[in-house]
Amino acid sequence: MGAALSQQIFAISDRSVRRTLRQPAAIIPAIVFPIMLLFVSAGGLQAAENLPGFPEVSYFDFALAVTFMQGAIFATGGAGTDLATDIESGFLSRLSLTPMSGAALVLGQLGGSIALGIFQATCYFAAGLIGGATIATGIAGVVVIYLLVILMAIGFGSLGIAAALRTGSGEAVQGLFPLLFVLLFLSTINLPLDLIPITWFRWVATANPITYLVDAARSLIITGWDGPALLAGFLVALTIAIVGVLASAVALRGRLQRT
Amino acid sequence: MTGFAPWLTAVRGIAYRQSSSFFKNPALVLPSLLFPMLFFAAFAGGLSDLSRIPGFDYAPGYTSFQYVFVLFQSSMFGGIFIGFAVARDFETGFARRLMLAVPNRSAILCGYGLAALIRSAVTIVFVTIVALIVGVTSLGSPGEIAMLYVLALTSNILGSLWALGIALRFQTLSVAPLMQIPFFILLFLAPVYVPLQLLTGWIRHVADVNPVTFLLEGGRALLAGTTGPIVTAWLVILIGGIVLGTWSLTSLRAAERR
Repeated sequence: MGAALSQQIFAISDRSVRRTLRQPAAIIPAIVFPIMLLFVSAGGLQAAENLPGFPEVSYFDFALAVTFMQGAIFATGGAGTDLATDIESGFLSRLSLTPMSGAALVLGQLGGSIALGIFQATCYFAAGLIGGATIATGIAGVVVIYLLVILMAIGFGSLGIAAALRTGSGEAVQGLFPLLFVLLFLSTINLPLDLIPITWFRWVATANPITYLVDAARSLIITGWDGPALLAGFLVALTIAIVGVLASAVALRGRLQRT
Repeated sequence: MTGFAPWLTAVRGIAYRQSSSFFKNPALVLPSLLFPMLFFAAFAGGLSDLSRIPGFDYAPGYTSFQYVFVLFQSSMFGGIFIGFAVARDFETGFARRLMLAVPNRSAILCGYGLAALIRSAVTIVFVTIVALIVGVTSLGSPGEIAMLYVLALTSNILGSLWALGIALRFQTLSVAPLMQIPFFILLFLAPVYVPLQLLTGWIRHVADVNPVTFLLEGGRALLAGTTGPIVTAWLVILIGGIVLGTWSLTSLRAAERR
C-alpha cells in the first residue's frame, strides 16, 4: 500500500513538475519580478545604509532574503492555479473515479511548487552573486536557505491548493496573491524591526509571520548562525505547511464529495 | 450618424457601462482602493525612518513625500487597469460588436479613457481622505495643490493610452503583464523612497532621465510649495500624451483591420 501511495505521489508530482516547467509564462515572472525588485529596491534604498542602527552590510545583501519570500508567494498561485484548471477542465472528476489516493493528489501537486521554488532560489542566489552579495554562513547557510525555501513552497503551495479545491476557480486562487503581497509589504522586508518608528506598523510587522520567514533567511545571509531567528523562521514555515496541508485535506474531502 | 452628438453619446455610454460594472463589482473595486493604501502604509509607515538620513530635506515630512508617489501610482494604474476591461471585452466578443456600433471609433478610446479617469478620481479621493487622517501636511497654496491633483489625474491618461494600445493590439487578457510591468518599472526607477539627490549609483543615472522622476519631483514641489520641475512635469504629460495617443490610435486602426 505504501509503495502504491509513493508511486501515485510520484506520478502526480512528475506531471506537476513537467507542467510547471512547460509554462514559461508562469515561471518567468516568478523569477524576473523578484530579481527586478531586488535591484530596484537595493538601488532606491541604498541610502538606508546611513541610518544609525542599520546592519553593517550593503542594502543589496539585506534585501536579498526578500526575493525568496516573493518566490514562495508565487508558489501559492502556481500550484493552486494548476489544480483549479484541473477542476475546471474536469480532470479531477475523472481522476476521482480512479483508485488515486487524496493524499497523493495533494502531495504530488506540491511537487511542481517545490521544483519551481528550488529553481527560483537558484536564480536568486545567482542574481545575488552577480550583484556582489556574500552569504555570511557560507555553503551550509545556502543549504539551510534551500530547506527553508522547500518548506515555504510546501506551505504556500498547499494554501493555494486548498483555495483551488475549495473554490474550483483559478481566478479565486489568483485573488490570494494580493493578500499575501499585503502581508509581504507589512513586514520587515525594507527595514529591520528596530528601525520602524511607526508603532502600529511595528506591531503589525511583529504579528506578521512573513517577518520571521524573511528574518530567518536574512540572518543566514547577513548575520551568521542566529539560532532564535532560524528557530522562529522554521517554526513559522512548518506551521504554515501543516495548516496548508490540513486545509487542503479538508477541502479535498469536500471537493470529492461534491464530485 | 456622424457628428459630435452621436460621438459624445457613445463616449458617455461606454464610460457609464464601464464605471457601473466596475463600481458594482467589489472584486474590482477593493483591489483598486487597497493597493495604493498598501503602498502608502508600507512606505510611509515602514520607511519613515528614512527621513532621518542626512540630506533628506522634504519639509512636509516623509508621509507627504510618499503620498505624492501613491497619488501618481494609483492614478497611472487606474488608467492601466482599464486595459484589462478592454481586453476582456474583446475576449467576450463585446468589443467587436462595439466597433461595429459606434459612429466614430475614437469614441471607444475616449469612452474607456473617461471611465479610467472616473475610477482614478475615486481612488485619489479615497487615498487623500486616508492620507489626511494619518497626517499628510501641505505647505503649498490652494492653487498649487489643485495643480498637483490635475497633474496626477492627467498622468492617468498616459496609463490608459498605453494599456488601451496593448489591449487593442493583442485583444487578450494574457498580455496584462505587458500593460503593467513597463509602468511599474518606470515608477520604481524614479525617486520613490528618497529624494533624487540622495540616490547614488546606477539608479541615480536612470532616475535623472526617467520621465516619472519629473512627475514625482514636480508633484512633491507643488505639495511643499517650493520650486521644482513643474514645467518639465507638464511637458512629460504633453509629450507622453502625444506619443501614447499615437500608439493607441494606431492600435485602434490595427484592431479595425483584424
